[in-house]
Amino acid sequence: MAAILEVSGLHAGYGAADVLDDVSVRVEEGGITAVLGANGAGKTTLLRAVCGLIRRRGAVRFAGQDISRAQTEDIVRLGLAHVPDGRGTFLQLTAEENLRVGAITRRDRAAVAGDMERVFGYFPRLRERRAQQAGTLSGGEQQMLAIARALMLRPRLLVLDEPSFGLAPLVVQDIFRIMRAVNEQERVSILVVEQNARLALDLAGEACLLETGRVVLSGPAARIRDDDTVRGAYLGY
Amino acid sequence: MEAFLHQLVSGLAAGGIYASLALALVMIYQSTHHINFAQGEMAMFSTYLAWTLLQAGLPYWVAFAATLGISCAAGMLIERVLIRPVEKAPVLTVVITFIALLVIFNSVAGWVFTHTVKVFPSPFGAGLLPRNPFMSPHEFGSIVVTLAVLVLLYAFFRFTPLGLAMRAAALNPVSARLSGIRVGRMLALGWGLAAAIGAVAGMMVAPVVYLDPNMMAGILLYAFAAALLGGIDNPLGAVVGGFVVGVVENLMGAYVIGTELKLTVALVLILGVLLFKPAGLFGRAVVTRV
Ligand SMILES: Nc1ncnc2c1ncn2[C@@H]1O[C@H](COP(=O)(O)OP(=O)(O)OP(=O)(O)O)[C@@H](O)[C@H]1O
Ligand SMILES: [Mg+2]
Repeated sequence: MAAILEVSGLHAGYGAADVLDDVSVRVEEGGITAVLGANGAGKTTLLRAVCGLIRRRGAVRFAGQDISRAQTEDIVRLGLAHVPDGRGTFLQLTAEENLRVGAITRRDRAAVAGDMERVFGYFPRLRERRAQQAGTLSGGEQQMLAIARALMLRPRLLVLDEPSFGLAPLVVQDIFRIMRAVNEQERVSILVVEQNARLALDLAGEACLLETGRVVLSGPAARIRDDDTVRGAYLGY
Repeated sequence: MEAFLHQLVSGLAAGGIYASLALALVMIYQSTHHINFAQGEMAMFSTYLAWTLLQAGLPYWVAFAATLGISCAAGMLIERVLIRPVEKAPVLTVVITFIALLVIFNSVAGWVFTHTVKVFPSPFGAGLLPRNPFMSPHEFGSIVVTLAVLVLLYAFFRFTPLGLAMRAAALNPVSARLSGIRVGRMLALGWGLAAAIGAVAGMMVAPVVYLDPNMMAGILLYAFAAALLGGIDNPLGAVVGGFVVGVVENLMGAYVIGTELKLTVALVLILGVLLFKPAGLFGRAVVTRV
């Protein structure tokens, strides 16, 4: 099967020191890959490196193209949407303006209007709050808005950094249900970083585990989920 | 009563100029968090450019449009060549760059165009408006032009995708990049727009204060007061602040302190705002949850 995203031998970091050491990750076309790991393991750093936000070295291929030297803006335009750590909401813009920013590089105006309706279908709450300043939305609503904004790009790959962070269990379930729907119905591939290992492993087909900047384990999510030693040693449940 | 109305209208006309220049300051502040001290001198230089084009025989509005275009391009160039390299430098470096820009424009203008005061024409003619003894045609025209600029800018930022992209880039550069926005270009465009707005202000004020290399010094101070009064990161506040400063300055000058002390009004306002309400009258409309 073809990979939509293929990272191999990636080194990346801030300033002089590398945080990531020889990291390799794959997302299959139409698949979901989860990245697990403790605080400070380098998960956010990995996503930033993939999008070209920080210094990096190694091979990164997206949709058949080498993006290891590409600018963030160009990578996004190839169809990679990134919901960053902290959500990256434009707090002073309205919810609807946030969504329009998500689609700002697209030229197919009519389809954009249709997609706005489609994301409102996933997140009815956002339709009610479309004219509201995004900074005044609740945490859960802001997370929905962040995912909706990313979907407005009509991405081929959706990259999510801890979508469950700080949310009530019911909202988390809702968001994971929508991620599954987006993946199954729209064939959007997903790369997701998640602290909640159980949820992530249920959602994902593949998973990898980062520890202090290295991949210590990777493979089918089901196998990692069902391996008691791994669970005990790394996942803590 | 008529004298009072006349002062009021003059205040509004001047206020429109301050509002435009204040808006230019705010636009650059929003994306760089610095005050462009050279904004006034850039406007002055644009006005000399317009004067040169007029001397060459171009019709007024052709020269006007050409000046806007060239100023915009020059503003973008300045951002690329001078400001981009110090983007991440310490505050003092940036401030010194701005001041260097101010001095350079001022001296080059003096060198090229001499310090002799020049008359700059108004496109609206001289004399008085028919049946309207308290307003000169230029005051009326200048209010209309500045209001038109403000409305156009509002519509641009509010309703066009490019305007939205520029706002997004200023508010959250990283998120903007992650949405595919070329943030560097948006910053340059912001400088271009600010320069063009300044050019309008310069061309509208020059018939009143006459053209010379120091013509914008006082006006920049008023604009600065206006921007601070409205809240330095609030475009609407800057515009309202501009009109308030214009009217207050004129009425104070006419009835309270005399024209010699008018500039003091701006300084007192600046100090007052900084001391008592640093966020400006309109604060900042960011509502964040606590
Ligand atoms: N902007 C930065 N500048 C310097 N070092 C950083 C920066 N961001 C992260 N780091 C360092 O990189 C390492 C990995 O951080 P990263 O944010 O990638 O961890 P993470 O796995 O996402 O953790 P968490 O689960 O807490 O979000 C940490 O040691 C951190 O201190
Ligand atoms: Mg993280």
